Amino acid sequence: MSGTFVGMPAFPAAAREAVRDTTLRGNLRHATHTIRAKRARAVAELDDWERLRQAGKRIKDRTLRHLDRYLVQLEESVTAAGGVVHWAADADEANRIVSELVKATGETEVVKVKSMATQEIALNEALEAQGIHAYETDLAELIVQLGKDRPSHILVPAIHRNRGEIREIFTREMGEWGRPAPEGLTDTPADLAEAARLHLREKFLRAKVGISGANFMVAETGTLVVVESEGNGRMCLTLPETLISVVGIEKIVPTWQDLEVFLQTLPRSSTAERMNPYTSMWTGTTDSDGPRAFHLVLLDNGRTDTLADEVGRQALRCIRCSACLNVCPVYERAGGHAYGSVYPGPIGAILSPQLRGTGSEIDASLPYASSLCGACYEVCPVAIDIPEVLVHLRERVVEGGEAVRDGNKVRLRPAKGHAAERAAMRAARWALTRPGALRTGQRLASRTRRLHPRTLPGPGKAWSGTRDLPPVPAEPFRDWWQRTRGGKDGGA
Amino acid sequence: MSSRERILGRVRRALADVPPGEDVPVERDYLREHGERTVEETVDLLAENLADYRAVVHRTDAGSLPGVVAELLAAHGASTVLVPPGLDESWLAAAEVTRVPDEASSTPYELDRVDSVVTACAVAVAETGTIVLDGSPDQGRRRISLIPDHHICVVRVPGQVVASVPQALERLDPARPSTWISGPSATSDIELDRVEGVHGPRTLEVVLVR
Amino acid sequence: MRVALFLTCVNDTLYPDTGRAVVKLLTRLGVDVDFPEAQTCCGQAHYNTGYRHETEPMARHFAGVFRDYHAIVTPSGSCGAMVRELYPRMGERARSEGRGDGLATVLAPVVPKTYELTEFLVDVLGVTDVGAYYPHRVTYHPTCHGLRSLGLGERPLRLLRAVKGLELVELPGADECCGFGGTFALKNADVSAAMGADKVRNAESTGAEVLCAADNSCLMHIGGTMTRLRTGMRPVHIAEILASTEEDPAV
Repeated sequence: MSGTFVGMPAFPAAAREAVRDTTLRGNLRHATHTIRAKRARAVAELDDWERLRQAGKRIKDRTLRHLDRYLVQLEESVTAAGGVVHWAADADEANRIVSELVKATGETEVVKVKSMATQEIALNEALEAQGIHAYETDLAELIVQLGKDRPSHILVPAIHRNRGEIREIFTREMGEWGRPAPEGLTDTPADLAEAARLHLREKFLRAKVGISGANFMVAETGTLVVVESEGNGRMCLTLPETLISVVGIEKIVPTWQDLEVFLQTLPRSSTAERMNPYTSMWTGTTDSDGPRAFHLVLLDNGRTDTLADEVGRQALRCIRCSACLNVCPVYERAGGHAYGSVYPGPIGAILSPQLRGTGSEIDASLPYASSLCGACYEVCPVAIDIPEVLVHLRERVVEGGEAVRDGNKVRLRPAKGHAAERAAMRAARWALTRPGALRTGQRLASRTRRLHPRTLPGPGKAWSGTRDLPPVPAEPFRDWWQRTRGGKDGGA
Repeated sequence: MSSRERILGRVRRALADVPPGEDVPVERDYLREHGERTVEETVDLLAENLADYRAVVHRTDAGSLPGVVAELLAAHGASTVLVPPGLDESWLAAAEVTRVPDEASSTPYELDRVDSVVTACAVAVAETGTIVLDGSPDQGRRRISLIPDHHICVVRVPGQVVASVPQALERLDPARPSTWISGPSATSDIELDRVEGVHGPRTLEVVLVR
Repeated sequence: MRVALFLTCVNDTLYPDTGRAVVKLLTRLGVDVDFPEAQTCCGQAHYNTGYRHETEPMARHFAGVFRDYHAIVTPSGSCGAMVRELYPRMGERARSEGRGDGLATVLAPVVPKTYELTEFLVDVLGVTDVGAYYPHRVTYHPTCHGLRSLGLGERPLRLLRAVKGLELVELPGADECCGFGGTFALKNADVSAAMGADKVRNAESTGAEVLCAADNSCLMHIGGTMTRLRTGMRPVHIAEILASTEEDPAV
């Protein structure tokens, strides 16, 4: 995935910085709490929500379990409708395909609709290396691009910025990229949105090439769907002469009818709206309406490796709504950057270590970036059991075992740094399958209890740095039970 | 080996555990529409939900429609208006504005200089407050309802109104490009709070005509 | 009915008062409760840290110890969820790994018989007023596994509302995790501590003397944070509140 993230520290270290950043904590808390309550209200409006959720899950499972068939069907329908389909096994290949398509038009700039797939493959950087400027047109993406920043949320990549910071970035940077921010720009959201409108207008009007992702691709009809709010998507999808869409292979739904589920669940889950302001659907090319050339780049980049894992493959059901981020207590405090990936939050913690493997320090730490509270699973509109996959990936980290990388079966070794824990777990298991051993340990702890400190040295500081230890009782329960037969023999 | 073959091969190997011939049944036990409403109530709900997301809603009858459209254009100070090729000519009969035809040769810059656009729609969805345009002759190319800052959309009620998203999809032809519009352009990108008015038309007026 | 108390290793070792309270409460309600002394640990910490294979012998041990009882009652939402939700999953995984039905077959009998304490009281015994007396201002924190895995819902609140003298006050942000999360508390200590501090601040804002929950693991984390932050509030397991009576009040 993106080179931006190579060498990221493990999650706990990155999160430690975030927890101490009071501005960031305040920004995240405000934004996530705002959307949490709104989402709950939007979902409560539909009394068949759970049935829609289960249908969404099943439709995605149907797609994934027969993905080869639907990919071929999609290719046929898009081609029949006048589109050209390309296949990219990894990020490099996708970037190469897109660069060549842009160069073939003779253009040196492109306008982009917000797309997770193109962020994942670091398309902008790859285009820049070929002398092609890519302009992000989604408001939050614009804030990130102008601020030379990294995205920290799936839906709202600049969620870590408050209005004052955004005003400052616009005032400072817009002039470098095109039309400067208006004089005396205030920090009201309406003024900031207006500044973005003016800044981007000239780019939309002159654009000859647009690049997008897609929320859904319908196999039976070849239709692509982009769900958005601002109208920048419509601009990029309809004004340029050439449209290139880079889409992960898992974004397929089998039938047109299937859209009826996701067009109800996605807006309510992501922006907490009954319906987002704009949804565009197009099938190949249309005579004298919209782009004359349409290219679809189907992206693997670790998705088939993820698909090979029977437990982990459910992560590919994700429709990128970001509801799991908004309810996650860990995300709220650690922020998106700590996850070291364009996919932050709970879904990122199970996607990144599957798309990229668990080889790096950050990816091996992501499955632990959760208290397993289950709030993410509860809100997921396609019922991805994120805690289940987290625990499954923890197992891959500590035990190693079989996995698929780049299409090949590999045997992973247990991750370094877990040797002491592994030994302790094994010893604990030995004691905990032997009641006598457990009792001996308990009695020893009780007899020495006056010697126990309330805080611990060394690794124990992780606990006692912020929390007192509970006192060890004079006797464990089992001794009391044995002594009194549950109080029946008197004695308290 | 082409990347196509490589990816399809990886997919097939990844799914080795899936029994051949398996299908995942999708139970569509969710509702076709939410709540029971009369035709009249469904139209009311459409009006209510359109307004909830800041579309300006007007209700009139066929006879008064030209007058209403003319008033709306005048109130907006529009002197030019984009006209789809198949728009009912009577709708603009009372308006004193310059008509700009929707032509393939118009550049985006030219469209950007037009004040308003008047279109019909393909279907409207009451539960979500959505109008859907599908590029039919009375709606024109997708870009004409995008670039001008003022969009007047005429919805024939109750004929073009459905209750729900599933019902709307049933009425649409997947081969036609469609645009689903729910209120004026908006964003939630600043502190996850919604504000109206970014790149699309900042004023959306929906005329429900009977 | 033969009822077994599955106290859990944490309660047995660190919170014997909770165990005594459960025995006192169930005895008062006419239940003849047994404590099978061969019991140890359900394996939750191992499982959730990624040591599924180390967990299997512990789960087998659990099933062997509790197999013959009609009901297994535990004062821990997370250990209850371990047995009810994750034991079947372990059996499934063993099967899909080509290791046969052995594990699933051994674990299956204990799964439907395992009840978290408040579930047992409300669903099996059919009581909500257990005759308790506890004259304190109390706020209730629904722990995550009790709330989301077991779906305890209103049960604990119904039991608390029926306690004489108890003033129940609503906890703001009650549904949010306290930040314990087993080894999460150690592996991501900073985030865990920040979550704990927020939970304690919310609890403090209610003006309650006591924060009550149905899981001592979470209470260990919350309580440790409370004393460190010198709040003056106390963490108390719900069993100790329900066991308290006018004749024999909890202190």
